[in-house]
Parts: sequence; structure tokens; C-alpha cells
Amino acid sequence: MIVAIASGKGGTGKTTIAVNLALSLKDKMQVALLDCDVEEPNAHLFLLPEFKEKEPVTLPVPAIDQEKCTQCGICTRACAYHALARVGKRVLVFEELCHGCGGCGLLCPAGAITEIHKEIGFVKRGTARGIEFIQGTMNIGTALAPPVIRKVKSRIPKDKLTIIDSPPGTSCPMISAVYGADYCVLVTEPTPFGLSDLKLAVEVVRELGIPFGVVINRADMGDGEVEKYLQEQSIPLLMKIPFDRRYAACYARGGLLVEEFPELKSSFDTLWKAIERRVEA
Amino acid sequence: MKIAVTSAGSSLDSMVDERFGRCRFFIFINPESKEYEAVENIYTGDVHGAGVQVAQFIVDKGVSALITGNVGPNALRVLKESGIEVYAASSMSVKKAVENYIKGKLTKISNPTTPSRHN
Repeated sequence: MIVAIASGKGGTGKTTIAVNLALSLKDKMQVALLDCDVEEPNAHLFLLPEFKEKEPVTLPVPAIDQEKCTQCGICTRACAYHALARVGKRVLVFEELCHGCGGCGLLCPAGAITEIHKEIGFVKRGTARGIEFIQGTMNIGTALAPPVIRKVKSRIPKDKLTIIDSPPGTSCPMISAVYGADYCVLVTEPTPFGLSDLKLAVEVVRELGIPFGVVINRADMGDGEVEKYLQEQSIPLLMKIPFDRRYAACYARGGLLVEEFPELKSSFDTLWKAIERRVEA
Repeated sequence: MKIAVTSAGSSLDSMVDERFGRCRFFIFINPESKEYEAVENIYTGDVHGAGVQVAQFIVDKGVSALITGNVGPNALRVLKESGIEVYAASSMSVKKAVENYIKGKLTKISNPTTPSRHN
């Protein structure tokens, strides 16, 4: 089973939920945690995994043989991302705009385009407290998160419960991370920002047809608008985490909530039961 | 000889549009005869690579110089490779910008003035 932890707004507590859910289940079943927040992975700060493998993620980008190129312009017109420009007797490649679709190479009638494999990030694998830990990281200066996320997800173990820590937002990286999940937990906070971005995230997971529920973090701050919205939309509220200075302090030093606060351990157990029931239903 | 000016409107009295890739109009003008043509920028809605695409459009128009406000690195590379000189103008009409160009009063842009905006 694959459970994605996502949110429209950043900083709501995705990683906290992902890490603590994984920890609270690791003695009952085999668990893998995937950190797909590849722009700024941080689950390792809490779980301190021991990494055993590191492999590069590459993107096929075009290289133009200017001798063979006839400047016909077919490739520059075909490129949806405008990563190619025809200038005088040359075709210029803008590697950082290229999404690696390979269309230019397929269409080039002169056979002037070959692909080079540009390194855009890496995937690391290891274990942390008995949890299989897989993490993706983008290289500095690169712009494409989805290929790195897909590479992380290609390593999903078939026989384990997989928990995905998604990037924030509702654009391509978030969609790449939650796509194909059996269930999605949307983490939010009871503020106007939290509600606004939750609504966007709900639209995405509905469009993708993924069953989902909501966790409200820092539940006593802000207002009651998020809960009102959930009721109106008949969206299950899976868990509320109180706004408690002790929890914040624990998080700030990289501590683990379920190990320090027994009341939260039982909340996470309840969260899992709610997820399990909804996936099986 | 023909030069291009990014413009907020379709006449010579319109202000120079300081955005390059997402300007409203291009004015292609012969600085001597003042004959001109205004063309709407159809690439403003493009999410990806508007700068490169618009630079390609300008190159294909066969101009020798461009007057605009800000240019990013990708667009500037395309323009430079084709030998188009890029000049900066702001808070002035297209007409005034062309006059200043003729008098040699505009500053040449040789480095990107904005960061790349792709994602």
C-alpha cells in the first residue's frame, strides 16, 4: 500500500506526519519512507538513516551536431518548452529548459541530434530504525523535480507499506509524488492560508481520483473555517494535533513526537486505523 | 534597416514595455523612414520559455537592434548569437526611445538584467 502525505501549503507538518506515522508502524509491519520533497528533503534530519547506496538521476537532453544540422527548424518548432532556438547557422540548446522528452531527436530529419545524459539529482537508499529510507535530492541549479521524484518512486518496494513525504504545493512536483498512491493524507493548519491551499490540494487529489482525508496540525490556533469546510465537503478529518509548545520544541531539535509523547503515539495509531479502514473499504 | 521595440501599445506614442518576453506589443520600425508595424505579442501566456521563444521571433524578423527594458539570460543568449544589439529604455515613449537610439543615447545591454524565470 502507498500512502502519500501532502499539503497545498508548505510548513504544515507533512514531514512530521510522514516520519511519525512510519515510526509508529515499523514494529507492526515492514515500512518504507520515501522523501520525495526533492528540493529540500528533510525527513533524514529526524530519522538519521544510514545510507548504503547513491545513484544519479539523469535527463536526456539534446546535443546538436552543427555539421549535420540543416537549420530546418523542425526541432525548434516542436519543442514545447522552447529549449531550442535557431540562430543564424546554429541551433542553440537551453538545457535547463529541456524536459527530456526526446521529441527533437525523433523528428530531426538530418540525424543531427543525439542525447546526452545530464545529471540533475541523485537518489540515496538506506535504513533508519528498521525503516527502509529512500531520498531524492535535486542538484543545485537544476529546475526539474518530477524526474527525480519518479526515480525515487521507481524504488518503491512491492511488499512494504510505503509512506511518501511529498513536496508542498499543487504543481508538477506534488502531483508526481502523490500520483498512484492508494491514499493521500492532506496536512493543513486552521488558518486562512491553510484553508486556501487545502482547497487547491483537494482539487488535485479529487482530479487524480485518490481517496483522501485531512490532518489538522496546530489545531488550536487560527479559526474553525477548515473544520467547517471539511464538514461541508464531507471530507474525513483523520487527526488533530494540538498546538503545543512541547511538540514544537521536540520538532525543533529533531526529536520524534511518537517517542516522546505517548498521547501522540496513540493518535498516530488511530490515524493509521482510519487510513486502513478507508483503503480497504 | 529595421529595429524592434517592446511596447505597451500599438502606436509610437505608447510607452516602452520594460518586459521583454511578456511585453504587450512589438514595434518594428525603420529608424530613418519611421515606417513601422505593430505586432501583438502572442507568447505572453506561455508558461515555459517565453524569453527564448520571443527572442527567436525577433531573430526571425531580421532586426539589427532591439530596444527593451529587461532581458533574461536565455533570451539574451539567442539575441547575442544572432548579432542583435540590445538597448535599454524605460519610462519613455517608443518614439522617444527610437530618437534616443538614433542619437546614440541609449545604454547597451550586454548582461542579463533579470534572472531566468523557467521552472
